This record gives sequence, structure tokens and C-alpha cells, in this order.
Amino acid sequence: MDAPYAIEMLNITKKFPGIIANDNITLQLRKGEIHALLGENGAGKSTLMSVLFGLYQPEEGQIKKDGKVVDIKNPNDANALGIGMVHQHFKLVECFTVLDNIILGVETTKNGILQKDEARKKVLALSEKYGLAVNPDAIIEDITVGMQQRTEILKMLYRDNEILIFDEPTAVLTPQEIDELMAIMKNLAAEGKSILFISHKLNEIMEVADRVSVLRKGKYIGTVDVEGTTKEDLSRMMVGRDVDFVVQKQPRTPGEEILKVENLTVASKIHKNNAVKNVSFNVRKGEIVCIAGIDGNGQTELVYALSGLEPAAGGKISLLGKDITNTSIRDRSVMGMSHIPEDRHKHGLVLDYSLEYNMVLQRYFEPEFTKNGFLDKPAIRKYAERLIEEYDVRSGQGPITRARSMSGGNQQKAIVAREIDKEPELLIAVQPTRGLDVGAIENIHRQLVAQRDKDKAVLLVSLELEEVMSVPDRILVMYEGEIVGELDPKTTTVEELGLYMAGAKRQ
Amino acid sequence: MILLLQYMIIFAAVLMLVAIGGCFSEHSGVINIGLEGIMVLGALGGALVLKFYPEDGNAFGLITLTILAAVVFGMIYSLLLAVACVNFKADQTIVGTAMNMLGTAAATVIVKAMNTAMNPDNVSSTIQYINTKKAFLKNIGGFEFNWFMLITLVLVVISYVVMYKTRFGLRLMACGEHPQAADSVGISVYKMRYAGVIISGFLAGLGGIVYITSGVSEWKFENGVAGFGFLAMAVMIFGQWKPHRIAVSALLFGLFRALSNVYMGFDFLKSLNIPSGIYNMLPYIICLVVLAFTSKHSRAPKAEGIPYDKGQR
Repeated sequence: MDAPYAIEMLNITKKFPGIIANDNITLQLRKGEIHALLGENGAGKSTLMSVLFGLYQPEEGQIKKDGKVVDIKNPNDANALGIGMVHQHFKLVECFTVLDNIILGVETTKNGILQKDEARKKVLALSEKYGLAVNPDAIIEDITVGMQQRTEILKMLYRDNEILIFDEPTAVLTPQEIDELMAIMKNLAAEGKSILFISHKLNEIMEVADRVSVLRKGKYIGTVDVEGTTKEDLSRMMVGRDVDFVVQKQPRTPGEEILKVENLTVASKIHKNNAVKNVSFNVRKGEIVCIAGIDGNGQTELVYALSGLEPAAGGKISLLGKDITNTSIRDRSVMGMSHIPEDRHKHGLVLDYSLEYNMVLQRYFEPEFTKNGFLDKPAIRKYAERLIEEYDVRSGQGPITRARSMSGGNQQKAIVAREIDKEPELLIAVQPTRGLDVGAIENIHRQLVAQRDKDKAVLLVSLELEEVMSVPDRILVMYEGEIVGELDPKTTTVEELGLYMAGAKRQ
Repeated sequence: MILLLQYMIIFAAVLMLVAIGGCFSEHSGVINIGLEGIMVLGALGGALVLKFYPEDGNAFGLITLTILAAVVFGMIYSLLLAVACVNFKADQTIVGTAMNMLGTAAATVIVKAMNTAMNPDNVSSTIQYINTKKAFLKNIGGFEFNWFMLITLVLVVISYVVMYKTRFGLRLMACGEHPQAADSVGISVYKMRYAGVIISGFLAGLGGIVYITSGVSEWKFENGVAGFGFLAMAVMIFGQWKPHRIAVSALLFGLFRALSNVYMGFDFLKSLNIPSGIYNMLPYIICLVVLAFTSKHSRAPKAEGIPYDKGQR
């Protein structure tokens, strides 16, 4: 006998200017289950959850709680019904303590003065019960992302929420933190909470969820039990075609040297030691070189120095035989360097510009896009339209969409399109697939290989073991600012790679 | 020496009131550049009561009525900022600047019209309150105690408690730091911002009347409040948007301002033979220097100056 439904969303339709985000979607969550909501970037998952949480009002459809129709107009209504949500971008006040964030909005007072002792006891009891270790008096901006997320979970539990929504909770976590979160979620479900888990990561869904509902391009595809389905089935439902999990590429002999790095040293912004210590390597025509390593071992700073975002403290960088150690970012770009940055909001896009302007950020001054010293808007529009078409960048209003309003995956596609279309000699791609769904990942991997096959040089920086093993021709492992090993992905194993990454082995 | 202390405290009181007012507004997420203008209007409200209150009337009634008029004028005028910036999402800096210009101009027009109506030969923008002002003062062994000093102290303590110990304070600061977070837990960002701005109107209005009664017995409204609203903003920044630190930094700025009034009383300072203009400039110069060196470490409320828009991610 199946458990009764805790929440039912029936035939929900939500439209935005130029796009139907949710088209007649039905989602039924049973009591005590972990129900995954799967879909590509921009498939309408977040919109559907915002409807449930009262942030948006649907044009059609109804929501039932325990079989009764309810009207959710704002987050207060959702809260009153016991619906809580961990947002993809945390809703935490950074200069407040953990405790203040938890009680915000549901404070207890006596004679107008805040009473925090009771709250502290309740928070500590909850964190004990569900294994959510936090220090209630720590300031949010001082604690790790994992702890911030636990604060968000405690926020829901403190409000006695029965229905917990997790909006892509693993996107910002380290592998260890992901494992912890999975355990916490199972624990919560065992205690009778009903969980909606929004994700596009198949491995996580297979591990933790009971049932999966799939959305594609705003439409409801179906709901299946996780038991009795496979990753391949799910990805077919999500993307609408078979997805190749293996990167296809032919062997190639690399050509002449494109990027040469000699004894490069980069200062750290966080501590006194150098973040990159005396690093030398090269990238040649027609090969993909991958810098692997655990996050925070100097990869970020290395790329900053290569791309010109930060000055090098010592050493020499040459591109196509020319010394570029001290040249400006634009000169490097014009010389044939492309950069898909790690932080797409900070270094990749001007969020409040339109998509078309973002597409020509590094090229607006070229004759192709100017006319008598002014921007040639029709040319820019045409160019943007071509990239949008070719690289399948989805947005509400096409070229004039503000970058900020686009989904993360499509923002990334826009950057990739811009950087690859420049036809660079050297493409530096830093975690290019972070936060993307399988279809988009496959697409980006294919693009990287295509660059290589066009006899271009590609430098990939990745934290994902699967990606490190499958995409590059050569792996350089970074540990504490040094390159501790060069490996051949064809002959090495994940275990060996792990030893180098952890600093247990070096060449 | 007592004179210096007396002036320091009263000028510091003005700065405390206005700076803490600004602090409430900024913690709600609205930058209040218009403090100067609000002060002028508050001063006008208070000065009108001082001018027209019967000289043989009850002192308690006079004090209450003066304060009431000042804060009501201040709050009503500050509504302009709230309506423009919260409802219509106007640029806060521009609205504030406009309020400063309008404040002085409106006060001048009103006072001139009033003076001329009473005496066609009088075209000044000055209001006199020599006699009624005395109700606020009490001489304690040479120290001229002003009731405003006590009132300010009480308000500083209340402000501290409200900001850090009450539900309202917690919610207010959440709106200035991360309005989306506040919204997601069911706090009305618009209402909190209105509250922040109106409280700043209350305190800045009161600060206005304290300022014009602090050293003189008449006020020429053409002069506005001589940049004291801006000085208060500097005090607010120097005080890191925290009422208790603002109180301390207000005392420091108050000291320099007081020096210009009383430096003639110190033989040492007199013998230096520095022109009085230098002393008058002192608080403003100190303000520039202090801000230049401390701004790097200052931490303003994160979301201040950004109109809250529900739809934005």
C-alpha cells in the first residue's frame, strides 16, 4: 500500500513573457518519500518549485495538500502549510549568526525583546537529531558552504516544515559534503518528512531518491520508480535522445607548442605562501591538457595568471612563441587566447547587459561590429542570433534577454559559444561543465574535442574525476601549488590519480 | 573647559541623533542622503513652536510641543524619500540630493513669507527664539544643561536596544543586507524600508531642532544646517552603522566642532593665532581625513541603495 500524497500539484501552467515555463505539469509527492524532480537546465524545475513555494502564481492548475485544495499566495502561506525550501542560492543574511538566520521571521519575543535561549535549545536539539552539525553563534560569512546549507535545512526544521524542497542542493558542495547531504536527506525521510529533490545529476538521484518525475522544456514527461530504472533511461527521458556517457575521440599526434609556461609563480590572495610554485608545462596544437586536483590547490591562481586577471610573481608565459607574461587581457585575447572562467557571474558575463552585448564583450571594437566608431547594432544582433542558434542557448527573449534572467546552464552555453566562436589558438576552460546537466555536458565535451581536432590547443581545469579521465590527452595533477605528476588517461586509473591529487604520490 | 564640554556634548547629540537616524534608514536598505534636508524641516517645525508659544506658558508643554513638531515635520518630509525610493524605485542618491535642496529652499520661502506677512519691512529668513529657548536650559554649577542631552542619551540607548535586541531590529537589518532572504521568510521588505526611513525622519528632524538651538538664539534658514547632515553621515560611516560606535565617534566630531565655538577661551589655542576659519573648517577636514583612512574597512549594509524588486534573482 503506497503512502498517501502529501502534496499534489495538478495541471500547473505558468507563463513568462516569451516562454511557457510550465506547461500542464502534474507532480505528486507521497508522505515520507524522497521524490526527485529531474530536468535539463531551464526545463522549468525551479519555476515549478517557486509556484509551490508561493513566489509565483500559476495561470492554471491547482495545488492540494493532504487531498484538500489550497491557495498559496506567498511564502508565508507555504510556510503555514509546512512547506520549506532550500534555495539554490542560499537566502541567508551573511553578517548574521546562524541562529539569527534560523529564527528570522518566526522570532519569539517577550515584552518586545528577542528571546533566543529557547530557540538555541531547539536548534541544538534538531541538529543533534538529524546530524546537522552547526555552531549557532557562528557568522554565516565565516562558515563553509556545507554549513550554510545545513543552516538552511535547520531553518526549515525549526519551522516544523513537513515538506522540504531542495533546489539543486549539491551544485555548490564538495564530494564529501554531498555524501553528508545524502545521508541527511535519507535521515529526514526516515523521520517522516517528505522531500522534493531538484537535480540534474543522475548519480545522486539513483542513490537517494524513491521516485523521479521528469520535465523537459517545460513539459511533464513522466514519473518512474528509481528501482527498476537506469541512468540511461532517465537521461533519455530528460534529454529526449540517447546520451553518450563516453567521450568519443580519435588518437592524434600533437603538433607544435602553443602555450609554454616556465617556472611560473603566483602569489596567493588568501595566505602568505605562493599559490602557484615554480610551475612549468606546455600545451601543444591538437591536444587537450587537463589540470586535475582538489579544489584550492592553486588551479584558480594559475588560470588567473595565464589569462591575465592577476599578475604573475615570477616566471614566464609564452603564447605562440611570444612572451605574454605582462601583456593585458585584451592583447592576450586578440592574440588567440580564449577563457571560459570558473566564476561565470564574476568573470564571464555582465549580468545586467543583454545576451547580445555579452556575446561581443571581447570583440565589440573589431571592424565587424563597429561602424564609423559606433557600435553596429544590427551586426551584433545578427551575430548573437547565429550563436544562439548554433549553440542552442535558450532564453526568454533571445538576443535582448538580460543575462541575469537566464538559467545557469544557458549562461554557461552563452560563454562557451562566445569563447569557441572566436576560433582561438588556445582555449582555457575552467570547470566548463559545472552545474550543467548531462546533455549540456556531453555537448561541451564534444566542443572541446572538436577544438582539439581542429588542431587547436585546449587547457582544461577540472575537479570532476570522470571528466579528468575521459576528456584530456594528458593529465597534470596539481597539489599545493605544484605539478606533482603527469599522467596518461589511457593508462592510469582513478585510484592512482586520487593518490596524486591527495599528495600521497609524486613523480 | 566646561564650556567646551557643554558645546561638545550638544553638538555630539545632534550628530548622534542624525547619524543613528541615517543608520536606521541604511539598515533597512535605503541610503538617506537627504538627512540634511530633513534636519532643516525638523528645525523649521521646532522653531515655529518656539516662536509662537506664549512666553509665560508651561515649560514642559513647550518642550513637548517643540519636539513633537520637529519629529512630525521630519517624518512627513522623509516620506518623500520612502515613496520615491520604495514604491517608485527611484535612485536614492538623487532623491536625497533633491530633498536637501528642497529642504533649505522650502524653509527659506516659508519663513520669509511669514516674516513679510507680519512686518512688510522684514524680508529676512530668520526666526528668533531667545526667550522660549531658555525652557530647555538648566544651569548646573556653570554647566548649561540642555534637556536635549538627556533625551538624546535615552534615544541612543533605545536605538541600540531596538536594533540589536528586538524582532523589529533583526528584520530591519535583514532587509538591508539580503532583502530576498527576508522576503522568503515572509517579511515585507517594503514595510520595513518605510519604517527605516520614517525613523530616520524622526531622529533627523529632532536633530535639526537641537542643532539650531545649540549655540544661538535665532536661526537664518537660508543657511540650512551648514552641512551637519553630511557630517552625520560621516559619523555614521565612522561608527560602522552601529549605534554605540556612532555615539562615540559623534563625541569626537562634536569636540572638533565645539572647538570652533570656544577656542578663544583657551590661552594656549589663542596664542597659536590661527584664524577662526581654520577652526570652523576643522570638523569637515577631520571628516575627510578619517573617511579616507577608514572607508576601506567599512562595511555598509549590503543591499543598501538597491531598490527591492521581487522578481530579480
